[in-house]
Amino acid sequence: MSTTEINEIEELANREYKYGFVTDIESETIPIGLSEDTVKLISQKKEEPAWMLEWRLKAFRNWKKMAYPKWPNVNYPEIDFQSISYYSAPKQKKQLNSLDEVDPELLRAFQKLGIPLEEQKILSGVAVDAVFDSVSVATTFKSKLNEMGIIFCSMSEAIKEHPDLVRKYIGSVVPQGDNFYAALNSAVFSDGSFVYVPKGVRCPMELSTYFRINAANTGQFERTLIVADEGSYVSYLEGCTAPQRDENQLHAAIVELVAMDNAQIKYSTIQNWYAGDKSGKGGIYNFVTKRGICKGVNSKISWTQVETGSAITWKYPSCILQGENSVGEFYSVAITNNHQQADTGTKMIHIGKNTKSTIVSKGISAGVSNNTYRGLVKINRKAQNSRNYSQCDSLLIGDKCGAHTFPYLEVNNPTAIIEHEATTSKIGEDQIFYLNQRGLSTEDAVSMIVNGYCKEVFKELPMEFAVEATKLLSLSLEGSVG
Amino acid sequence: MDKSLEFKEKLSSGFDSLEASLNGGSKLPLHEIRKNSLKFFLEANYPTLKDEEWKYTNLTGLLDLNFEFPDNKSSLLIESELEEFLSEREKYYNLVFINGVFSPESSDLIKFNGIIVSDLKFAVRNYYNLIEPHLGKIINPEFTIFTALNSAYINEGVFIHAHKNKVLDRPVRIVYFNNSDRNYIYQPRNLFLLEENSQVKVIEVYASSNESTYFTNSVTEGLVEDRAILEHVKLQQESKSAFHITATDISVKKEAQYHAYNVAFGSILTRNDINARFAGEHSEITLNGLFLGSGKQLIDNHTLIDHAVPHCRSHQLYKGVLNGLSRGVFNGKVMVRKDAQKTNAFQENKTILMSDDARIDTKPQLEIFADDVKCTHGATIGRLNEDSIFYLRSRGFGLELARTTLINAFATDAVHTITIDDIRNQIEEMIAANLSS
Repeated sequence: MSTTEINEIEELANREYKYGFVTDIESETIPIGLSEDTVKLISQKKEEPAWMLEWRLKAFRNWKKMAYPKWPNVNYPEIDFQSISYYSAPKQKKQLNSLDEVDPELLRAFQKLGIPLEEQKILSGVAVDAVFDSVSVATTFKSKLNEMGIIFCSMSEAIKEHPDLVRKYIGSVVPQGDNFYAALNSAVFSDGSFVYVPKGVRCPMELSTYFRINAANTGQFERTLIVADEGSYVSYLEGCTAPQRDENQLHAAIVELVAMDNAQIKYSTIQNWYAGDKSGKGGIYNFVTKRGICKGVNSKISWTQVETGSAITWKYPSCILQGENSVGEFYSVAITNNHQQADTGTKMIHIGKNTKSTIVSKGISAGVSNNTYRGLVKINRKAQNSRNYSQCDSLLIGDKCGAHTFPYLEVNNPTAIIEHEATTSKIGEDQIFYLNQRGLSTEDAVSMIVNGYCKEVFKELPMEFAVEATKLLSLSLEGSVG
Repeated sequence: MDKSLEFKEKLSSGFDSLEASLNGGSKLPLHEIRKNSLKFFLEANYPTLKDEEWKYTNLTGLLDLNFEFPDNKSSLLIESELEEFLSEREKYYNLVFINGVFSPESSDLIKFNGIIVSDLKFAVRNYYNLIEPHLGKIINPEFTIFTALNSAYINEGVFIHAHKNKVLDRPVRIVYFNNSDRNYIYQPRNLFLLEENSQVKVIEVYASSNESTYFTNSVTEGLVEDRAILEHVKLQQESKSAFHITATDISVKKEAQYHAYNVAFGSILTRNDINARFAGEHSEITLNGLFLGSGKQLIDNHTLIDHAVPHCRSHQLYKGVLNGLSRGVFNGKVMVRKDAQKTNAFQENKTILMSDDARIDTKPQLEIFADDVKCTHGATIGRLNEDSIFYLRSRGFGLELARTTLINAFATDAVHTITIDDIRNQIEEMIAANLSS
């Protein structure tokens, strides 16, 4: 590559994070520190019933007994959990009925992010439950969903209005003591989304939540619970951007999915939180527990994720395939650049007969980043005729980054058929040359090749998301060629 | 008392008598390695399922054994028992160890034309200047608690040294043979040194005439210098109640080749750690393996290929056939370091589960820090293809014959590149015999 090209690329690489700004909204933040009192205060502020507080306290007691996890292939200074404020809510007293009542400053922030609520309402038919910091501020299309019996609301609202459902399913997939960060989340979770799709209902639109971390020094502890009753279908989108920060911010969310007989849940994520600057300063710690259970027969859970942001991404969206003939899918693109680190993958636990799972993971590392795939396929003794196909490809751009693959295959049934394949490669000079001679700049050529490489995953995304993902991909790879 | 403390106490009790038997040997620097290793062995934690490296291998069975250390009197030879393992003597240079002790009567001690093949005790007395720079230096004695244990008792074993440009005309066959019914612990230590341009073939056989319970804890080190070629076949036919734990560490220099074949039939618990390191460019490493499990056997293979330099090729193929309640573990790691560009690494693990209670835990890993590399790994687990069985049956094969034919074909894949014809044929026969029983 010529020096001018390299200069150009460097220039692009030096570009500041596009979505980095701080919205000036008064937020109500509780003092830093974590104790039983903090948990009680959060529960009290959210006007929760007694059982919820008990549940949180149990999680907190579990958490206190747990050891700080050190096994993932990522490096970061140990987090001081006493220096984090566990609750931050934009100040607003009254319930809102329409967008007009929302703080105009907040609405402008969404517009800057390219999420015009009104426009989306009209044009794309997406109902948006926007979570600004920790409390839902605007929920649209609610009445439309209401007519079909679909519940789509914030977790705090669900705890108040649908306590029976929440109580039945919360923690049923990710128990309070599941892991260190899940226990922490269970104790202090601020808000999140709750979806219930009743029997036989096909949710007519993509449900979507935009998370956004705003106030400085607030860990965000979201909790999402989606229950798809018999024969229902729901597709849920989650997408994130965050303002620029110097201090690392912790994000420890939990997502639980429950699919009953013949139900299908499709969960798509685009994660583009602030990844830190070029020297690796700042950026979000994204430690998430995502797990779904295919409880009923013929049920299906599909995870699709595009991970481009965060200083550290550490998550394993998993499927427990309990019902007979159930299907689990995991499609992932994880891109790391500069000093980013990712340790991500999935777990497919085959319990029921004739269960199937597919894993397609594409890792792209550039700069001095490290990208790890870590996955488990476990076939239980009773899981007759189960089937798994895994493919993990890594692409390395530059000679200072790392790509790692740690698949675990545990098979205890002779009728299972398991295939695992992994490759590591780089973008061929001949491929770039071919595109160059057809008039594409090297930057565009790389972007095009990488997009082709990720196509298998992108085609699983809903339309609007796929477009966004393609854009994000080229943005994240800017400056990585050379 | 804590069982692992008891275990350490029992296994350190033989040290003093070893020290006394060394005469002047305890003044050599080698003895420092022994003493330091013993210290590490006593301090290190006994592995449990909580250790990532031992996640699937439960070692508590070893703690219950009442170990005895073999001495010169334990070597009681019954020629007829050995015949099976020393067939066609004249085709090999044979080194025989009976119940842990070298047996000069049944062995060929050679030194000619720049090649030394001898037992380690003899070599320490006569070729110490050749041994000193390498023994206990290629492998880290503190690699695992068992490597440390072996290093504390370095005494019996085999030393092979090939001078520059020398090619050994026959393969070396090492037989570690047990015919005792006592709970002996055998700790053979092998050192293979191949100077530039030399070529050596080695076959290690671990065998027993009975089904008694004993513990083999062996360590093999090797250095393959520029353009040298080492072929290393390990045939493990221990008693079905024995414990077999080994560690191998081979360093491969420029344009050199190391080809290892690790075949396991016996033992109740097998654990092999095979580490091979590229220390020079344009070299080649093959680590192949085959394990046939039945009954309650557990066969655990850990491999590590360290691509520390550019332009090297590595090839790994591990095949397993598991029957009864047997368990297999495969943990293969390919490490490509930062400057190891143009690396070509291939790794594959295929396992067939024959019974409802057989189980395999496999973890093929890639750790890559260089971009211009071709690295692939694959793992498949399944049963015999119904269509293939049907095809053979339609051509007049009985069900059993169809199955054994297919498994035979599947299994021999991992060993068909062995260049020593007799051994390859012997392994193929053993596979067939093992399957039909």
